[in-house]
Amino acid sequence: MHIGVDVGGTNTDAVLMSGRDVQSFEKRATSDDISGGIREAIGALLTKSQCRPESIRSVMIGTTQFTNAFVQAQTLNRVATIRIGFPAARGIPPLAGWPKALSDAVDGGRHVVRGGFEFTGQPIAALDETAVAECAKGIRASGVTHIAISGVFSQLNASHEERAAEIVRDCMPEADITLSSEVGRIGLLERENAAIMNASLKTLAAHVADAFAQALHALGIDAPFFISQNDGTLMSVAHMHRYPVRTFAAGPTNSLRGAALLAGLSNALVADIGGTTTDIGVLMDGFPRQSSMHVDIGGVRTNFRMPDILSLGLGGGSRVRDIGDPASLAIGPDSVGNRLHRDALVFGGSILTASDIAVAAGNADFGDRSRVDGLPAAAVADAAALITGMIENGIDRMKTSKTAVPLILVGGGAVLVAGDIRGVNEVHRPEGAEVANAVGAAIGQVSGEIDRIYNMESGVRDAMLCEARELAVQQAVAAGAREASVEIVEVEEFPLQYLPGGATRVVCRAVGNLGAFEEASHG
Amino acid sequence: MADVIAQVDIDDLAIGSAFLGTGGGGDPYVGSLLCKEAIAHHGAVKLAALEDVPDDADVFVAAAMGAPTVMIEKLYAVEDAHRAVSALEKALGRSADMIISAEIGGLNSVMPVAYAASRGLPLIDADGMGRAFPSIHMINFNVAGVSCTPLAIADEHGNVAIIEAENARKAEELARPLVAAMGASVSLSCYPMTGAEAKRAALPATVSAAIAVGKAIREGDAHPVDRLLTALDGLEGYGSAYRLFDGKVTDISRDTSAGWVFGSCTLAALDGDGGAEIGFQNENISIVVDGELKAIVPDLICIVDRETAMPIPTESLRYGQRVAVIGCGAPGRLRAPEALEFMGPAAFGSEEAFVPIEALNQKEQRS
Repeated sequence: MHIGVDVGGTNTDAVLMSGRDVQSFEKRATSDDISGGIREAIGALLTKSQCRPESIRSVMIGTTQFTNAFVQAQTLNRVATIRIGFPAARGIPPLAGWPKALSDAVDGGRHVVRGGFEFTGQPIAALDETAVAECAKGIRASGVTHIAISGVFSQLNASHEERAAEIVRDCMPEADITLSSEVGRIGLLERENAAIMNASLKTLAAHVADAFAQALHALGIDAPFFISQNDGTLMSVAHMHRYPVRTFAAGPTNSLRGAALLAGLSNALVADIGGTTTDIGVLMDGFPRQSSMHVDIGGVRTNFRMPDILSLGLGGGSRVRDIGDPASLAIGPDSVGNRLHRDALVFGGSILTASDIAVAAGNADFGDRSRVDGLPAAAVADAAALITGMIENGIDRMKTSKTAVPLILVGGGAVLVAGDIRGVNEVHRPEGAEVANAVGAAIGQVSGEIDRIYNMESGVRDAMLCEARELAVQQAVAAGAREASVEIVEVEEFPLQYLPGGATRVVCRAVGNLGAFEEASHG
Repeated sequence: MADVIAQVDIDDLAIGSAFLGTGGGGDPYVGSLLCKEAIAHHGAVKLAALEDVPDDADVFVAAAMGAPTVMIEKLYAVEDAHRAVSALEKALGRSADMIISAEIGGLNSVMPVAYAASRGLPLIDADGMGRAFPSIHMINFNVAGVSCTPLAIADEHGNVAIIEAENARKAEELARPLVAAMGASVSLSCYPMTGAEAKRAALPATVSAAIAVGKAIREGDAHPVDRLLTALDGLEGYGSAYRLFDGKVTDISRDTSAGWVFGSCTLAALDGDGGAEIGFQNENISIVVDGELKAIVPDLICIVDRETAMPIPTESLRYGQRVAVIGCGAPGRLRAPEALEFMGPAAFGSEEAFVPIEALNQKEQRS
């Protein structure tokens, strides 16, 4: 048996799984100290299923805490940044483009030193080791202990970043260092931002790891626990200590993967209809399709791998305006949110919501139906058609071809949608859809990824791609995957403009089952 | 028009340049950060109207050339721009009185602002294209007989090459391998000219046009696309603007060969069966709606988000996006027969003859 937990801003959900089967689930309010909410949710789960704590082999936890802490600029460390790339990369300093509140909270000094690499792998310049040592002395004197080190094209060659870290440690053994090559992809500013964000969250990561450990210990669960990353795969607690930034955006990814398992599909669209928004994503071979856009987190530009999610302003609490006037009828984006059970007509309130339309149209049965009996049938039909139309539009935007595909509906607002949906060949409403997120956490795998530029001159392309695949597999194994289970899930090639010699950026991802988890399933 | 470019104008300039860049020109993000840094250190940039440029002024171009993927790693510094410009100043024995942009689109419309700020020189409110084009010979400076060379390219190490070439096309051919050898992200200065030549060869008021377009898009109210069209119609120097097609992206094909991205984007009408096809070579070249040509280069064709009117560069086009295609008449000088030879359909290997956008479309009444 193992347990999946989703620590959201509002609720903490826990689900008990046996292999890939959901046994039982529970929801509790998220507590301020995190630990209490987890203890209550898992405790209730164990009681309900009469499962003994010692039979739990592993616990997988998805959390939004790090994203929330960063966006709110709370409990962040000051970070000193050392960028390696002079004489290139000197025009725009570290932290450029950050919102003032965040850069004020995080800025612990910014330095640029000689070194870094060209796209060909040649050094731009030799690493200026003396300058790095000088930086370290200055940083130590300022009392800052968290350091981010970035380097031009460190994705191709991390040796300058690694050597700089050695020099810093020689000078200040207490230094806690994040290398940009460990947390980001091509794009110096975005990768450096990720490294700085990561360094700023290290202290919080230690607290969170302790809170998780305490909660499990108090429940008598003596099993390893793992944390969800933004691509739906897992990392160990030791990894979370080092890379808290990798937890960003794990939520939508987990809900997509959970939906896939619950519906038994690996290629489908998923619509998660909540109280205020509908999030639509695409599953390809069991994994969320990744976004190719830059993602701003708290106003800071990053290029993390995030699921490609379309958010619509439509949910169970969306306000309905001008009912009965087809020309100006409008639904959302404003919503009564968590006041639905007080404000909606069927709950005795005075605001017409999308949920009232679902009840009036006979698609849902909750609250007091008689309170919406007075709505003209034609007007209700128009509003219901508009809701379906909005969902259909969103689905159409996320599809990659005209072919009809299956749709999985999850979330509390799924009752809003009834009847046929254009562009969809079947609709699934799986059992347990309200905790899809925790299910997604429970079935996480581990991955490895490389993102680098190769010179694909004629005849060497196959060898290069082969090397890229091997490196990705090695990374997955290093992250804890059992080698036999690792598969390549993605290979992308981007030819570079202006360059002769076939310079091509290659992104390659490998995914496998967690070794510990596999043993646990068979144990 | 504005007489300075201040911190508050930079985001508008970047967005407007992305629109006038008609799908190409690269991401102006790095350039806009550079501008903000430079203006924070050196103050706002004086914008000089083209007609006010003295005949004997020495005017220098500041530009960047390279692979976008490399530019986002190595970034840019105004010192590198200065190395190229100062090498050319030294070679010619003249020093810059004013700076001018080669193209309004992507990095090359924002980087010169940062450079002008660092030198404390005015930037001329003009450029050589009124839009973006993929090659340095596709520029009105060239059409008007200003010599592209001597041309200087410089990297961050102090390596500089000065090229003399028989014509602008040859200059590009010689520069490309040097760009790669210098790390694929370099600074460049070419078409050095006098004020009198600038007045003859440059397209006026295009920098302030980009700022105005960006502002209209950023401040878009309930109908941002209409607002954008109104702003375009109000631009001096450009022709009428049209909403050529509304639809969703159903297919994109890209092929990178010889250092350019060729391809096409297929759109389907949101309701009904109509369709459109947009061809591009770095920039958008033509649009055909239901089999009929609706606009062709050098007239401007830009794909924007239907909800926000934000321009979408070709590399960001994806299946399912809801877009509006906006066409806008190019500045008249680009439509002259001698200009079409360098930047008309034939220059992009198209069999089509150039037909002005206003001859291909009916102007719609807009509320």
